[in-house]
Amino acid sequence: MDFVTFFALAIPLVVIAIMVIAHPSPVYSALFLVLTLFLLAVYFLFLDAHMVAALQIIVYAGAIMVLFLFVIMLLNLQSDTQPTPSRGLGRAAIIGGVILVAELGLLLQRSSSEQAESALPENFGTVEALGSQLFTTYLLPFEITGILLLVAVVGAVVLAKR
Amino acid sequence: MVPISYHLILSGILFTIGVTGVLLRRNIIIIFMAIELMLNAVNLSFVALARHFGNMDGQIIVFFVMSVAAAEVAVGLAIILLVFRGRETVNADELNLMRW
Repeated sequence: MDFVTFFALAIPLVVIAIMVIAHPSPVYSALFLVLTLFLLAVYFLFLDAHMVAALQIIVYAGAIMVLFLFVIMLLNLQSDTQPTPSRGLGRAAIIGGVILVAELGLLLQRSSSEQAESALPENFGTVEALGSQLFTTYLLPFEITGILLLVAVVGAVVLAKR
Repeated sequence: MVPISYHLILSGILFTIGVTGVLLRRNIIIIFMAIELMLNAVNLSFVALARHFGNMDGQIIVFFVMSVAAAEVAVGLAIILLVFRGRETVNADELNLMRW
């Protein structure tokens, strides 16, 4: 990824991510979040993560965001009445942000001496490479994920039927 | 080539935006979306580091993070629906049932 691509993706990403939390209407927030997820999928493509980029669009932008929009429209929410609380949370957020930016600046300062990138294997990030790892080295976590999803589905149905 | 620190800094900025959303917004659905934003920021740094070290493990962790996020959203939205049915609000300040 060269600098032009990076900034062409990073600047819209940050702007749209801010719109997600700043827009008063939940529906618009959800749509901005979809845009953020799509931009991240493109970003993953440039980082040679083809499988992850496809999963990002299918799972996040497809399944999860449809669920969000479904619930928002089911609840028939109007615009948020008071977007900012009156307590010291805003101050805490600003202080935390300043600390984080300072730490990131430190990281950037040290990055000049960082090591070069390792060479990539032949089929890095493809469905084949990811799948073969998933079904050999990470077989047990993969199965546990299946159980987790089953429990989540049963739990969601039980909660919603109550 | 963009150095790895640029990706990590972008990831940190997105994470901070997510934290800010959780702290500043009171609509519980938007708080939930900010949490998704944070998960994605972490995924970004995993993918960038996997690319940097030429190691697939980071991408596999991203796969697991995605499935956990899907499970979390399914259960979380069901809880939000249930709470809304009982209390007719999605404002996090008014949902103080479990406060000590």
